[in-house]
Amino acid sequence: MSCDADIVKLQGTPLDVSSAIEGIGVGDSGAIAIFLGITRRDSDSLGRELVALDYEAYLEMAENQMRGLVEEARRRWQIGRAVLLHRTGFVKVGEPSVLVAVSTPHRAEAFEACRFLIDQLKAQATIWKKEVWADGSTSWVDGQRK
Amino acid sequence: MRVRLRLFAILRERTGISETEIEIAEGMTVAMAVEEVGRRFVMIADLLPRAAAAVNLAYAGRQDLLHDGDELALIPPVSGG
Repeated sequence: MSCDADIVKLQGTPLDVSSAIEGIGVGDSGAIAIFLGITRRDSDSLGRELVALDYEAYLEMAENQMRGLVEEARRRWQIGRAVLLHRTGFVKVGEPSVLVAVSTPHRAEAFEACRFLIDQLKAQATIWKKEVWADGSTSWVDGQRK
Repeated sequence: MRVRLRLFAILRERTGISETEIEIAEGMTVAMAVEEVGRRFVMIADLLPRAAAAVNLAYAGRQDLLHDGDELALIPPVSGG
């Protein structure tokens, strides 16, 4: 069962942790696990610095997939609320591109469910990123390489 | 019959097309449609063997049949997160 109060969304605006987790500690929740993926500082073999990652998604399919993952997580763990947010567009070095938050009665389930959601999202969701380098050049990240 | 074709990421960038309609024969499989896409858009033909396909928002097998009005999306290896 998914829950109407779960939040699953791709968005072009910055991810805000405190508003994302507001009110998710419902019912018998005793733990909230939060995962943030951020753009890692990087340079390539030519010494160019990474400026940002530029995210693109097949929005309708990715949101369906993300809702499916939350439903699957709800079958496996006792979840109060789940939040799964992913950026589209430019995400500069150090800024978050993905946010997962899960409330559960105890911490072990929160960590497990959170890890399941981020691992499955990365493996399946129809989202792509392109590296944007300081000299303006770009390169698509190959999903099987990273 | 007509199928809506959607292209993403490197496939979209190389073709300059994110969505279009293609006319294909009745009874075509996903594999046959992908071959047709490769003939029409030769600049991505080398990438198509590694692209997955989705029909109407769900991953599809190469042998699945297409129907008039379907949305066929070609999905390069994903890299979200």
